[in-house]
Amino acid sequence: MSLRIVVTVKYVPDATGDRHFADDLTVDRDDVDGLLSELDEYAVEQALQISENSDDDVEVTVLTVGPEDAKDALRKALSMGADKAIHVEDDDLHGTDAIGTSLVLAKAVEKAGYDLVVSGMASTDGTMGVVPALLAERLGVPQVTLLSEVSVADGVVKGRRDGDTATEQLEASLPAVVSVTDQSGEARYPSFKGIMAAKKKPVQSWDLSDLDIDEDEVGLDNAYTVVESAAERPARTAGTIVKDEGEGGRQLAEFLAGQKFI
Amino acid sequence: MAEVLVYVDHVDGAVRKPTLELLTLARRVGEPVAVALGNGAGDTAAALAEHGAVKVLTHEAAEYADYLVVPKVDALQAAVAAVSPAAVLVPSSAEGKEIAARLALRLGSGVITDAVDLEAGDEGPVATQSVFAAAFTTKSRVSKGTPVITVKPNSAAVEAAPAAGAVEALSVTFSAAATGTKVTSRTPRESTGRPELTEAAIVVSGGRGVNGAENFAIIEALADSLGAAVGASRAAVDAGWYPHTNQVGQTGKSVSPQLYIASGISGAIQHRAGMQTSKTIVAINKDAEAPIFDLVDYGVVGDLFDVVPQLTEEVKTRKG
Ligand SMILES: Cc1cc2nc3c(=O)[nH]c(=O)nc-3n(C[C@H](O)[C@H](O)[C@H](O)COP(=O)(O)OP(=O)(O)OC[C@H]3O[C@@H](n4cnc5c(N)ncnc54)[C@H](O)[C@@H]3O)c2cc1C
Ligand SMILES: Cc1cc2nc3c(=O)[nH]c(=O)nc-3n(C[C@H](O)[C@H](O)[C@H](O)COP(=O)(O)OP(=O)(O)OC[C@H]3O[C@@H](n4cnc5c(N)ncnc54)[C@H](O)[C@@H]3O)c2cc1C
Repeated sequence: MSLRIVVTVKYVPDATGDRHFADDLTVDRDDVDGLLSELDEYAVEQALQISENSDDDVEVTVLTVGPEDAKDALRKALSMGADKAIHVEDDDLHGTDAIGTSLVLAKAVEKAGYDLVVSGMASTDGTMGVVPALLAERLGVPQVTLLSEVSVADGVVKGRRDGDTATEQLEASLPAVVSVTDQSGEARYPSFKGIMAAKKKPVQSWDLSDLDIDEDEVGLDNAYTVVESAAERPARTAGTIVKDEGEGGRQLAEFLAGQKFI
Repeated sequence: MAEVLVYVDHVDGAVRKPTLELLTLARRVGEPVAVALGNGAGDTAAALAEHGAVKVLTHEAAEYADYLVVPKVDALQAAVAAVSPAAVLVPSSAEGKEIAARLALRLGSGVITDAVDLEAGDEGPVATQSVFAAAFTTKSRVSKGTPVITVKPNSAAVEAAPAAGAVEALSVTFSAAATGTKVTSRTPRESTGRPELTEAAIVVSGGRGVNGAENFAIIEALADSLGAAVGASRAAVDAGWYPHTNQVGQTGKSVSPQLYIASGISGAIQHRAGMQTSKTIVAINKDAEAPIFDLVDYGVVGDLFDVVPQLTEEVKTRKG
């Protein structure tokens, strides 16, 4: 038996950097460093663990849709231990929204061949948390999403989902789409050996024509959503800051009372 | 006037507050028609009518509890077919966002998640989003199909607006995909008796500075004196001091209360992402340089083990 896992990873602007919008109201990627979305490291980690815990022959492919620099995200995932990478890159992809992104990912996953797709719970830029569900809808396979624990055996994926009001145990037959949360277990650091090995691992590049996607199905002009304006949040007016010299709690209570909270 | 579908988040018939807020927003865009699914769906009608639902479409079936997400998408799709609404509004829970996205895809529509406000516009509803850890405010709209928009808790006031709330049975045929992911067990979360984190008017949070699970009693005592919910930073959760369900931030809950009190929390960008839209922000931290102080309306530089208990005592005294 063999198991083909595709991990979807997004290349995002560093959240600790000065993120902002470009004139066309898409994310300005020039002024801030990009990296592998930290939440996708958890997806790579779980894919590697499924692989390590399996008796089957497992192949882990990492897939990104993004600009030239997005190769960095793939390299990071390869150095963690993924076997190979696919980069979907095309100028016409600029400004694609979630619906469009899910189309590209679905076509790429189908072309690559898969038994299991593993995604992060959300990207750290768009933070929508919808792409895994959209992928499952497009692929017509079960979604087993937002898992804090995941395991695969005998063609069945099981996991635990911690929801708002309850914790659920879930189960579905492969093929399936899984997403994992940051509660699923710390992601490993790439070892020196891993980094060296990654340089030799194959990275395939596909464009829209490789995926039989029309240019009018993706991109800013064909998005299903339009951003009309983006404004920087006004800086907060400086608050009152006091040093506790024995009365800090009471001073704070006075403030809260003045604001009618007490 | 056009109808607007509102997906009802309820637990055995008890409607959760974010849905009542959605009804307020829905009235700006059209006439709210609520869709309540699963066990107790019919029991939601009175609360929904009181808050503006002209109609309540209900459907009860075991599938909603026994399988993940897709049965609810099937039902909403049936509701859209029955009503032809001007928009579909869904509360921004993790599940709500997944339901909304799959529905939008089926309808050939766009989806906007985590709106914090909604207005009627010339070309359909315009959603306000607070993005990049609340550093930017954007206005967006769906440009194709029936707009599907998820809205964060605390985005609008709950307003009474009595309406007919006529209950109608929704007819739903489940798709083949509906039974794809089985829920093999469900353990409901035990209630702490405190308000729900995302719905609370006041949130009191503790971070690494709390320094131990047992010390969270100090945070809880302050919360209880104010009738507040308890939150925690990821550092406190990762250390095992407080449950993950109470985590505030990018990968926890995002909260937008009237008052947020952070104790022993540095204010990392991922934490700020979940609380920066709070109306009034207060912090207690012994490091005057902690980034959280950039956000505060009132900050105390001091040891939380001194300041928090004193504050709690003072609150109790003042409340009598
Ligand atoms: C601030 C902001 C707000 C946005 N709001 C909207 C909106 O309301 N509606 C809308 O349609 N679009 C929106 N977008 C665009 C959206 O972020 C992109 O289309 C994106 O590729 C998909 O959404 P996400 O990143 O939020 O994905 P999420 O659903 O949060 O991502 C979940 C997982 O999907 C996978 N994934 C997502 N994108 C990729 C990719 N390009 N390559 C590989 N794997 C991927 C990863 O595994 C990731 O962990 C927004 C973008 C930004 C920056
Ligand atoms: C992808 C990703 C997602 C994340 N998601 C989240 C999230 O959802 N929520 C979240 O919170 N974090 C999240 N984080 C982690 C975040 O980056 C920070 O590590 C975390 O918020 C730090 O928690 P903290 O402020 O409690 O701890 P620290 O940063 O260690 O700060 C502790 C603070 O307590 C103060 N202190 C110590 N002792 C006392 C005392 N006795 N009295 C008063 N003050 C004291 C210190 O001065 C310090 O400022 C995420 C990180 C990543 C990479």
